[in-house]
Amino acid sequence: MSSDAALTWFARHELRLAWREWLAMMTGGRRRRKRAVAIGLIVFAAFMHIPAWAVIGRFADLRLPLDKSSLIVITASIFLAWALMLSQAIESVTRVFYARADLDLIMSSPVKLSNVFSIRIAAIALSITAMALLLSTPFVDVLVIVGGVRWLSAFGVVIAIGLSAAAVAIAATIVLFRLIGPARTRLVAQILAAIIGAGFVIALQVAAILSYGTLSRFAVLTSDAAAAIAPGIDSVVWWPARAALGDGEALLLLLLSVGLVLLGAVMAMFSASFADTAVSASVHAGSGPQDIRPKTFRGGSRQQALRRKEFVLLRRDPWLISQTLMQLLYLVPPALLLWRSFADSSTAIILITPVIVMAAGQLAGGLAWLTISGEDAADLVATAPLPPARIIRAKIEVVLIAIGMIFAPLVLALGVASPPQAAVTAVGVIIGATCATSIQLWFRVQAKRSQFRRRQTSSRLATFAEAFSSIGWAATAALALVVPTAAIISGALTAALLAATWKLSPRRG
Amino acid sequence: MKSEQSALQVRGLTKRFDRLAVDALDLTVRRGEFYALVGPNGAGKTTTLRMVAGLLRPDAGTVAIFGIDALAEPVAAKQMMAWVSDEPMIYDKLTPLEYLEFVAGLWGVDPEVAHRSARDLLVSLGLEPHLGERCEGFSKGMRQKVALAGALVHDPSLIILDEPLTGLDAVSARHVKGLLSDRVRAGSTVIMTTHILEVAERMADRIGVIAAGRLVAEGTLAELRQQNGRSDTSLEDLFIALVDVEAAA
Repeated sequence: MSSDAALTWFARHELRLAWREWLAMMTGGRRRRKRAVAIGLIVFAAFMHIPAWAVIGRFADLRLPLDKSSLIVITASIFLAWALMLSQAIESVTRVFYARADLDLIMSSPVKLSNVFSIRIAAIALSITAMALLLSTPFVDVLVIVGGVRWLSAFGVVIAIGLSAAAVAIAATIVLFRLIGPARTRLVAQILAAIIGAGFVIALQVAAILSYGTLSRFAVLTSDAAAAIAPGIDSVVWWPARAALGDGEALLLLLLSVGLVLLGAVMAMFSASFADTAVSASVHAGSGPQDIRPKTFRGGSRQQALRRKEFVLLRRDPWLISQTLMQLLYLVPPALLLWRSFADSSTAIILITPVIVMAAGQLAGGLAWLTISGEDAADLVATAPLPPARIIRAKIEVVLIAIGMIFAPLVLALGVASPPQAAVTAVGVIIGATCATSIQLWFRVQAKRSQFRRRQTSSRLATFAEAFSSIGWAATAALALVVPTAAIISGALTAALLAATWKLSPRRG
Repeated sequence: MKSEQSALQVRGLTKRFDRLAVDALDLTVRRGEFYALVGPNGAGKTTTLRMVAGLLRPDAGTVAIFGIDALAEPVAAKQMMAWVSDEPMIYDKLTPLEYLEFVAGLWGVDPEVAHRSARDLLVSLGLEPHLGERCEGFSKGMRQKVALAGALVHDPSLIILDEPLTGLDAVSARHVKGLLSDRVRAGSTVIMTTHILEVAERMADRIGVIAAGRLVAEGTLAELRQQNGRSDTSLEDLFIALVDVEAAA
């Protein structure tokens, strides 16, 4: 096989692997579900055009030249999409580095490693871009249908920012790797991915609250202050926005070229060392920090031993740390709002309650999966001299204690400003967390903690039920503060949803 | 033989998945005995031991551990035994010492005794330099040793091992075999499945040959030879002959 043919073959192999991994994510690894997934995706894509139309439809008639405020909003939206892609790309690159997978086979094969890893880098970029295209299609479709074919250029912008996000993610991860070593890079990269994804939106909200006392991001973007500090209309900063609006093919081609050149540069600079980095990462994946040995073992009941183990594992879980950090980041804007409310007794303080209740439900669901389903030594625990009910109880206690530790300070702070609202919030947090935990209990499966990313594919019903439960209790808590009668209806609906979920769950018996 | 006199007594044990995996199996292992269960792939060895360890519920039959009905009183039965599978299941984010502390806690062992025992075990298995490292970077052999140490830290009376030597190098395998022999000498009972017939031949007091979910032969090596009329043959030849006969039947 010639060198070119070998590379084409390897590229096909990489794409096939990426496709199958995506398919496995969607189907939960069950072959029979392929048709159902295809139909579900088509229906979902068609359905997504409705919210896309609601969000973006009114902007379809926008034409150049635009005022600065409009350019700022469009550019900020594109930057947000880029930040989300960057977050996803960092996560993908970290996964490629730390999964040993076919590394031994590739390294021992008679092919030029820099070429092979160039293709792997390109495959990462391609999969990130393909996913972005897929998600942006309903929005661009709406713009094209309502505003004309000139909006098709938005697809080109998505490709350009996808390529550049992948390039930056690869370069950043390798630089991180060299700066802080393989052991810490995984944790830092995961935290970075979480912060980058949420950071931009949160930063805008924080700015809006500090300046205008509102949660609306648009207040900042459309303000005179933002327009005053923004660069001139001809600035390169507006190129992506102008290209998306169909301002000539040359601009779009330029953007695409920049994306490709950036990716090419990263491939040229890092593909040769990609192999070494990947090998170091997989070899050192486990050599985490040395832990201080206990002088002696701690006593206590068997349940205490279980709870202690769960807390240690949760504390050392990089995913959990990044997710908790993200949840806490999301709580920064309402916390700021709370702080401002002390001065002007704004009614906007009510917004804090649903945000806290929602975050508690979501975090409890993740924690419950990790402790209940994600048991790495299932045989050991099952052969321990402890009734199964006590094992489950100890694990549930861990989830609820962790949620209490994270959310109690927030509720206490709220209690200083408004004791009745704090009481409602506390009840909402307890109910939301308990329901999310119960759903995980009803749908529990034996799995490894490392399979957490795929937990949502094992039961779509559990995933949706968990999300709707959190939303339902958040809404109920908010309504309880303003329209108590409506809260009764909302609470009853959420309880009915949970009852239906329990009825359909495999653990009903 | 009364069940109180045996470490394990299994009667009519049956389990069916898509096909019959264990077929009304009777098995008795004496106290202080090293018992090797051998058989071809899919013979029902692991399924049998998983039912004994309480990891699988049998469709029919009884399991008694030192006279305790393991199906009626699982907690009491589990208190006396330990299970080690061929795929070491440990926690990547715990150090070996932390893992053993957790196991000792689950079995309610006195912390000071457990700590001493854990250190001795890990040192004897050659893991002393890694006591404070998290297990996530360990090789399969090292993980298997940690899992084995976990099984022994609560000083079980019955140790059930499913292919414990898989993935171990020669030195580690010798360590493990030595440790198990020591336990048997100290009065524990060991039941082990293995594909390495030489290990069964050298270490086991008695050997059970299982095929198609049934015990087709049992005894010391001499008794097995005698039963088959082959006085100087190896266990491997005996095993192949027994399995071939079963397959033909």
